[in-house]
Amino acid sequence: MSEDPLPGYTGVVRKVLSKAGVSVGDKVRIVTSDGRVFVGVLMPRYSIKPKPIIVLKLDNGYNVGIRIDEGTVVELVKTREAILREAAAGAPAVIPLLEEKPAKKPQERIMVVGTGGTIASKIEYETGAVKPALTAEDLVEAVPEIAMIARIEADVLMNILSENMKPKYWVKIVDAIARHIDEGYDGIIVAHGTDTMTYTASAIAFAFRGLPVPIAFVGSQRSSDRPSSDAAFNLIAATLYAAKSDYAEVAIVMHGETGDTYALANRAVKTRKMHTSRRDAFQPINDRPLMRIYPFEKRLEPLQPPLHRRGEQELRVENGFEEKVALVKYYPGMDGEIIDFLVDRGYKGIILEGTGLGHVGEWLVEPIRRAVDNGVVVVMTSQTLFGRINMNVYNTGRKLLAAGVIPGDDMLPEVAFVKLSWILAHTSSLDEAKRLMRTNLAGEINPRLTVDLYPRWLQ
Amino acid sequence: MIERKANPKSINPRELGLKVGLEIHQQLNTKHKLFCNCPTILAREGEVEDTFTRQLRPTRSEFGEVDVAALFEWRKGRMYYYHAPRSHSCLVEADEEPPHEINREAIVIGLAVAKALGSRPVDEIYVMRKIVIDGSNTTGFQRTAIIALGGAIKLPSGKKVGIETIAVEEDAARKMKDEGKYTHYNIDRLGVPLIEISTSPDIETPEEAYEAALTIGQLLRLTGRVKRGIGTIRQDLNVSIRGGVKTEIKGVQRLDLLPKIVLYEALRQHRLLQIRDELRRRGLTEDELRNAARIVDVTSVFKNTQSKIIKRVISRGGKVLAVKLRKFHGLLGVEVQPGRRFGTELADYARFWGGVGGLFHSDELPGYGITSEELREVYKLTGAIEGEDAVVIVADKELNARKALEAVVERAVQALYGVPKETRAAQDDGTTRYMRPQPGAARMYPETDVPPVEVTKDMLAEAERIKPMHPLEKIKQLTEKYGLSSDLANQLLRSPYLGLFEELAAKYSDKVPATYIASLLTNILRSLQREGVPTGNLTEEHFEGIINAVANNIISKDAVPDAIKYLAKNPGASIEDAVRDLGLERMSLDEVERLVEEAIEYNIKAVKERGIAALSKVMGYVMPKVRGRIDGKIVAEIAKRKIIEILEERRRGDK
Repeated sequence: MSEDPLPGYTGVVRKVLSKAGVSVGDKVRIVTSDGRVFVGVLMPRYSIKPKPIIVLKLDNGYNVGIRIDEGTVVELVKTREAILREAAAGAPAVIPLLEEKPAKKPQERIMVVGTGGTIASKIEYETGAVKPALTAEDLVEAVPEIAMIARIEADVLMNILSENMKPKYWVKIVDAIARHIDEGYDGIIVAHGTDTMTYTASAIAFAFRGLPVPIAFVGSQRSSDRPSSDAAFNLIAATLYAAKSDYAEVAIVMHGETGDTYALANRAVKTRKMHTSRRDAFQPINDRPLMRIYPFEKRLEPLQPPLHRRGEQELRVENGFEEKVALVKYYPGMDGEIIDFLVDRGYKGIILEGTGLGHVGEWLVEPIRRAVDNGVVVVMTSQTLFGRINMNVYNTGRKLLAAGVIPGDDMLPEVAFVKLSWILAHTSSLDEAKRLMRTNLAGEINPRLTVDLYPRWLQ
Repeated sequence: MIERKANPKSINPRELGLKVGLEIHQQLNTKHKLFCNCPTILAREGEVEDTFTRQLRPTRSEFGEVDVAALFEWRKGRMYYYHAPRSHSCLVEADEEPPHEINREAIVIGLAVAKALGSRPVDEIYVMRKIVIDGSNTTGFQRTAIIALGGAIKLPSGKKVGIETIAVEEDAARKMKDEGKYTHYNIDRLGVPLIEISTSPDIETPEEAYEAALTIGQLLRLTGRVKRGIGTIRQDLNVSIRGGVKTEIKGVQRLDLLPKIVLYEALRQHRLLQIRDELRRRGLTEDELRNAARIVDVTSVFKNTQSKIIKRVISRGGKVLAVKLRKFHGLLGVEVQPGRRFGTELADYARFWGGVGGLFHSDELPGYGITSEELREVYKLTGAIEGEDAVVIVADKELNARKALEAVVERAVQALYGVPKETRAAQDDGTTRYMRPQPGAARMYPETDVPPVEVTKDMLAEAERIKPMHPLEKIKQLTEKYGLSSDLANQLLRSPYLGLFEELAAKYSDKVPATYIASLLTNILRSLQREGVPTGNLTEEHFEGIINAVANNIISKDAVPDAIKYLAKNPGASIEDAVRDLGLERMSLDEVERLVEEAIEYNIKAVKERGIAALSKVMGYVMPKVRGRIDGKIVAEIAKRKIIEILEERRRGDK
């Protein structure tokens, strides 16, 4: 495969550069039409908008953009190959650092399943592009601490952006994890982009009907190409959870607060990304964290008991997810045709994200009744996220119940969506589907909501 | 053999081939920070703040390189404790939200400065990340962007100094203190826009370095768009001499110290070259030095030592290690700068790389409780020859002591080649100390979260409008508008108080003459500084308080120097405190009249005999009693009037 020597360059710029016979990575000298002279390494241009501008990296490391026209003179000063050769030859001698004594080789075997995201990555110095670390060696090289906790192996299953995740990929991930557990790994880490992490982690939680080892989902809110990245911290915490805890549960392991003090392992099916950018974006809703993890001290502090302990259950997997399930958020004035459309398109399940205790505009009662009559499972969850559905308090709620809507208890809308997708792939009985929706399968329903389970902004 | 003392007077920097480049960093007075909407003013003590702790990890470049200094800070397990005042920082400074687009106002000010310097703007501005892993940036990097290249300044001597680059960048967090493994920072300053002007290494004397810094500072202040006051401008230096190496010196806060730092660095490099020549004369090679430099455990020598430091280390389970430096005898005691010996340089390396407290070397021993018998034992165990080799001893935890001595050996090896490539920190006495190795180009990579900004015609036109005035034009304006002498105007222009002067003159010149305000901010301040008054502590609020008190007749001009001294020594105090504590309230005229009458009474004979010529006697009686609480001019007027009255009375009485 021949790579484009001039990525990102089009039009006049490309013409001028091609004529000069230069490619990205070469050192070039540019004389603009107005007589300005620039010398630097030609960089690729990563910009959505095409402009007649070329990007040079100057000797001092800075990039600058220079406008180009037909009159611009471009000369090759040194080829990329020559630059790299010189850099390798002239590498400065540095004072060698004494390595710390290697610890006793750890026993636990951990498999890191890669699905995407930049939990571990390398920066390409020349372009600034971030490339994912693809092997266990890369991972350990980037975060050497994890090798002191467990024997790390890696399986890069896919490399997709979190927002591009689909239920059919959940199936692949479930298969891979099942295989690795069967191979005898003591814990599984799934590296995943954070945007849809709750969905995937919940899918795994529902698919493993018997789970003998811990599974930690981990990601980063600051990409690993920067010194302040949370990736290493989270990965160490996830390794501790997977290797050292006896909680055979699917957990999301991420920062517990904005600082680098502790991480939290939160039950996947009760956890939600509650912030666009903070490190501690993942918070349990209607639930407490499973445990606090101190990565520097390599210490785990349980905060509530697990559903199952390590080794209690045999491995049992029921893989598969129904794709004809929709998650619909109610808004004032919402048109009933939206429900009708889903029914007519053959959808088998609808999760409604209603208001308050579980309401939608009363004009939707009829379309919903029609959906239920057509065999569609309709479940009510709440936009408030905190608290439980109760459709007995107000009239509209009672009408919706009468129409056949299933109250979703205190389940998160996203989790209810994944749960229904999984249920509908494994039963054709509507009654069974309804029963399972109201059954606590993986800790997604908390039967007791206590006073403390709610954030307050002023203490 | 080399002279032991380093004498700055013994060298002529120009003849040594001195070359200096400056990097001037100046805070811009923009409405918002460079990448968020926080204000650009610092928090006051005790404001509501949140705190959090973080760690920073070095990142790798494609060549597998990491910044050694970065790696080291991380290995040391350093943690950063951030204080985030709510009114002066947000999630962006906390590194919990991506940066917003770059502040256009800052870019326009930068372009205006570029125009005044004859620099050529780039066409598209790219924000870069410069790895800085000392915790002063929560991200672990500083965001910085070149906006223009080239240009020059002209010194008063007529010499031209080239400008290499003009960059706009974010200021770092304010370091508060070190406490165990935590370094505390306040992030209120983080993200305040800075302009960085880097000159070419055209500067050839310490005095030129001073003039160049002054000229650039003056030009920046003339934009009227930069921050004023202590800490808003900082200078870094790149210094080399012929045969030496470009050395970075960071953190020069006081401009008047700059020539001394340059001179001392020239001296240091000169002395290191002399040490190199001496080592070569002694026939030392790198192989010989390295092969002989075996690190030996000499703890047993110090079983019954009188050295308190060593005793304490051993009692805590530490070790005493030593290493031989072949043919270095006498050279560790040689000064490279006044008060800094080559051994001090080795100690800096030991501290940085080994995290140890310090070291002992044979050129200062016996001493520090180490006896000549112990020293002789160490010589024996390390295989060193007395009078020929040097030995270095470190007492600490074994691993640290070993790392420290390895660094000492590496530094000693570099002595064979002259001046090592270092980043050094300026100290208050004009000397510098080793800070870290110079970072490579690998520390710079693109900030992908901030889109590049095209420099448009609109921006350039805006920059043209705020382009700083030429200094001569400004002097003309000051003399015409405020009636300042051209000398006073020139002094103001060179001082950091031009902007403050214009503000105070606009506000108070109907009550306090502008010339007085100008000389307060120049002459008066300078003479107080010469007296040793810590004028650096004075804030703009202090000056305004003083002028305001003069304008409202609360204090007299004669009381101003005392008030300044008081405020400089008590920076937390206000002018009201000064007035109260010093008893500076302006004296009432009645009181003055009474005092004058008393004085005349006391000197009645002289007054009667010599008439108005006795004024000096009367004044001599009154003035010590008013102690600046009223202007002498007023006292003199009253005294004159009273004397005349008495004389006239007498004349009438005589009739």
